[in-house]
Amino acid sequence: MRAIMRLAALSAWSRRSTLALMFASIALSSALLLAVERIRVDTRESFTQSVSGVDLVVGPRSSAVQLVLHAIFHAAGATHTMRWESFTEIAAHPATAWAVPLALGDSHHGFAVLGTSGDYFTHYRYSDRRALRFAEGRAFAGTFEAVLGHEVATRLGYRSGERITLAHGLGGDGALAQTHDDKPFTVVGILAATGTPLDRTVHVSLESITALHLDWAGGAPLPGFSIAPDQVGKFDLQPREISAVLVGLKQRTDVFRSQRFINEFRKEPLMAVLPGVALDELWQTLGVLERTLLAVAALVVLIGLAGLAATLLAGLGERRRELAILRALGAGPRDILLLLVSEGLLVTAGGALAGLALLTAIAGSAAPWLLDRFGIVLGAGLPSGDELALLAAIVATGVAASLLPGWRAWRMSLADGLTPKL
Amino acid sequence: MAATATPALTLRQLRFSWPRQPAPCLDIAGFSVAAGERVFLHGPSGSGKSTLLALIGGVALPQQGSVEVLGQRLETLSARARDRLRADDIGFLFQQFNLLPWLSAIDNVLLPCTFSASRRQRASAAQPARAEAERLLTQLDLAPDSWHTRAGELSVGQQQRVAAARALIGGPALLIADEPTSALDAARQQIFVDLLLREAAAAGAALIFVSHDHRLARHFDRTVALADINRAASEVAA
Ligand SMILES: Nc1ncnc2c1ncn2[C@@H]1O[C@H](COP(=O)(O)OP(=O)(O)O)[C@@H](O)[C@H]1O
Ligand SMILES: [Mg+2]
Repeated sequence: MRAIMRLAALSAWSRRSTLALMFASIALSSALLLAVERIRVDTRESFTQSVSGVDLVVGPRSSAVQLVLHAIFHAAGATHTMRWESFTEIAAHPATAWAVPLALGDSHHGFAVLGTSGDYFTHYRYSDRRALRFAEGRAFAGTFEAVLGHEVATRLGYRSGERITLAHGLGGDGALAQTHDDKPFTVVGILAATGTPLDRTVHVSLESITALHLDWAGGAPLPGFSIAPDQVGKFDLQPREISAVLVGLKQRTDVFRSQRFINEFRKEPLMAVLPGVALDELWQTLGVLERTLLAVAALVVLIGLAGLAATLLAGLGERRRELAILRALGAGPRDILLLLVSEGLLVTAGGALAGLALLTAIAGSAAPWLLDRFGIVLGAGLPSGDELALLAAIVATGVAASLLPGWRAWRMSLADGLTPKL
Repeated sequence: MAATATPALTLRQLRFSWPRQPAPCLDIAGFSVAAGERVFLHGPSGSGKSTLLALIGGVALPQQGSVEVLGQRLETLSARARDRLRADDIGFLFQQFNLLPWLSAIDNVLLPCTFSASRRQRASAAQPARAEAERLLTQLDLAPDSWHTRAGELSVGQQQRVAAARALIGGPALLIADEPTSALDAARQQIFVDLLLREAAAAGAALIFVSHDHRLARHFDRTVALADINRAASEVAA
């Protein structure tokens, strides 16, 4: 058995120029499959952990998915708002530890602008209860100060001190978009990358949002009426309406009681959802895409392995004499089968491991760049159990694929006797 | 050697035809080779010489009759046991393409030791198997500078001597040579045959040497024409 494996290795090595192509294709396709799997798992994780440490997300009554899309992903589509008084009542509830108001509706070069309170930066958690960190600068203090998510800053090339203007609405910078050119903001801080929607958000104070719209009514500037930025301090900047509220509870066990309190809120129809549950639900709807990607990658691996089987098969003709020699030396048909399968095993196992090494190298060196440039979350580090299982499946399939040439060789060695007719 | 009394080979009422070929290829009433005996077997191309050797090696099985090698009736053995017998007790030499081209000369000589524990033990009884392989190569006039050359890069003559060393290593009781000289030029043919005869005698092995060229028959203990023992011969010719 050992001797056959050694012969298989030497024989494969002697045909290395032919097998190198197969080796490379298996390595690349394995790396692809592993990368898809890893990105899938990491993306799911970063998606479902876009927010952690928030017990309830509260907003005007709609669907849970819609509320989460709005409050966590800052996506467009919320037409309803909730009253400021409802927020203060929820914040004052005895079970509530903290409550952070959110107001959406404006944008900057397609990035959502989130109006919130300074508490946002202290209470927001993502991933494994990680706190937000400032890559540079500080939180906003007054009106017309902005804190940028990591991607906003890198994509647009902004540093602290930059002056930016916002657009009304989430639609981006179309010609029809109304702008807030008259009231520019100063960038005072930039957050470190989180891999969450925060990276694509511009954070300002709620008061700034109110100030922007002092001279607006019904979603458009009032004609012939404007208030200069240095005059806004004279007005009451407390908002009358907000989009959603993030709530942290004193005790997690209170979560369902608080949820019921909000769902049965008397003064206006509200809803409270558990973000983890809603995010999971949302991810499920993306499950088809996820499975399709994985299936395509698996197919690429299968094509690579079929190529290996074809290469081994095509090589059999010129190896018939070799196989006859081994038969004369006492090798049984089973040894011949084992020889071919061992070659398949060596090439696939080697290819799969090279694929893993390739992925590890890419993840180790290019992960920050992938995150920055494409928002792809590719974790570095040791392969997970599932990835190892995938590798094992690749190798097992490779062995199965080389059973065919092995079987052909076995049949041939029986029919050829010791002097193959060529 | 313990097997001295047992004949190396005994054929009885042997009938064999290849699948999908109507005419029988071999039909031999009886034939035997004594232990240590060196037999020259000749016949024209296509007369079934190689087929007979495949039957003796247990790679093919006769439809009728028996092949007894070193006291073992092959048709009563399992396929695995036949492979074992071939690995342990028979040394093969072919016309050409004897060697695995991607192994060195010396690794080719050592190959039988990887397939047979008993040949490995016999080869390494006096000295390490590798030294035994070197001794055989020296006996067969192969210079040390080609011992580690890949077999595919050796000349045909060198390859045949490596193949002879491989057949001899571990002292198999029966050597089977299938036209090993036909790829050599006339001058080297006789030299090679004489080397082989000498080494077979030294090892006490029986030798069945097959060729279509009966000029090489000198120096053998016995010469046999396949047509004389094969009753199917006339049908093949027809
Ligand atoms: N593996 C095989 N399959 C089918 N027929 C074969 C095979 N080997 C040999 N034969 C046939 O058996 C006959 C004898 O061939 P062979 O034993 O090789 O003769 P020789 O060695 O004397 O030249 C030929 O007719 C040949 O076609
Ligand atoms: Mg022949």
